[in-house]
Amino acid sequence: MFNQPLSDASLIGCPHCDLLQRMPEVAPGESARCTRCDEELCRHHADSLQRTLALTIAAAILFVVANSVPMLGLTVVGREAFTTVFGGAEHLWSHGWQIVGALVLLTAVVAPGLQIGFMLMILIGARRDRAPRWVGTLLRHYPTVSTWSMIEVMILGVLVALIKIAEYAKVVPGVSLFVLGALVFLIAGIQSAFDPREVWNKVEWANTAEQQPVGERQITGARS
Amino acid sequence: MSPAVLTAMQQGLQTCEACGLLSRPAHGADEGHCPRCAEELAFRKPGSLQRTWAFLIAAAVCYIPANMLPVLTTTTAAGAESDTILGGVVLLWSPTGWPLSLIVLIASVMIPIGKIVALVFLLVTVQRGSIKNNEQRIRLYRTVVFIGRWSMVDVFVDTFTAALVQLQPLMAVEPSSGLVFFAAVVVLTMLAAESFDPRLIWDATRSPEISHA
Repeated sequence: MFNQPLSDASLIGCPHCDLLQRMPEVAPGESARCTRCDEELCRHHADSLQRTLALTIAAAILFVVANSVPMLGLTVVGREAFTTVFGGAEHLWSHGWQIVGALVLLTAVVAPGLQIGFMLMILIGARRDRAPRWVGTLLRHYPTVSTWSMIEVMILGVLVALIKIAEYAKVVPGVSLFVLGALVFLIAGIQSAFDPREVWNKVEWANTAEQQPVGERQITGARS
Repeated sequence: MSPAVLTAMQQGLQTCEACGLLSRPAHGADEGHCPRCAEELAFRKPGSLQRTWAFLIAAAVCYIPANMLPVLTTTTAAGAESDTILGGVVLLWSPTGWPLSLIVLIASVMIPIGKIVALVFLLVTVQRGSIKNNEQRIRLYRTVVFIGRWSMVDVFVDTFTAALVQLQPLMAVEPSSGLVFFAAVVVLTMLAAESFDPRLIWDATRSPEISHA
């Protein structure tokens, strides 16, 4: 059963304290914060979707590169060993540590891949004036995917491992490590440039009977 | 804004956690679906306190073996040696290596226990109907959510050390059982933070008592 939308679309409830308030018109570069708990309610970025799309395409390319070349290696008394991101998870899996291997695979490969893939599809879908429903479905699950995407944490872990190993072997940072380093900044850029409200305003409603005109707020009949 | 501070719930309105749309449930209903994105809606996350407690207790139970059992076993010609997380911190501690050691100590030992303590504090104050220090409590919650993922560092350190150091018969590193419990602590505390509904912090506050500034 669908809820009934309000006639005044500028009324919102703060997600962190539930305070009922009116969203002001936010100029590009400005943000609105909850008057009670200081949660950032929205931030308006100029040209948000275009910029995010550019960053996401770059991130997708780097993600493919990062996962296809070696990440780190070592040489000791004439012997060499290299591993990729995937290789780390695979090693755990094949040596009887399936649970931890799956967690590493999820947080270092699957979730970042889904995060970039979801964002790419959301942005491509939202290029039309009225975005199809599946864009909303992807956007709904995007926060979950990004919570479990931990490339920046993995980089720190890899660096600590590198320094530990450097005590008894010569370590060789692979190309992938530098690519992943750049990817961390791109993902941070995506997170800060992306304005989900802009996409939500375009998405076709689940309850099609209630679809409101695109880009037009109904201020008449406002009542709190 | 109207002079009295009102919450969406007091007005019988629900905010969608996914898309942020405010909507009114059907007459007499407590739950519904968001008309825009079809997300299930409720006034508060269903069973938030019970779920958070459950994840936290499970995390606290796993925290003990995570720290007592070894996380890595190093096999050399001289024999096998196992290290716990704290043992690894001590091993890394040296005049040049101490910053690294500190990273592991903070991420693997202090953050997980800090998260558990912070969430227990939030749960207890919410259940006692506290109306004090709401701003600090919401900030604490945001810190827990923001910082929690960093305790995964040790899982990655051990994974890639084990994957790389396979120089049989010279030296080989393999994970040990403590790593599974440690990974469980990280996942369970993240799930606990996700299931806590921060709006509960403010619910004990009666609307006339606060004058918003």
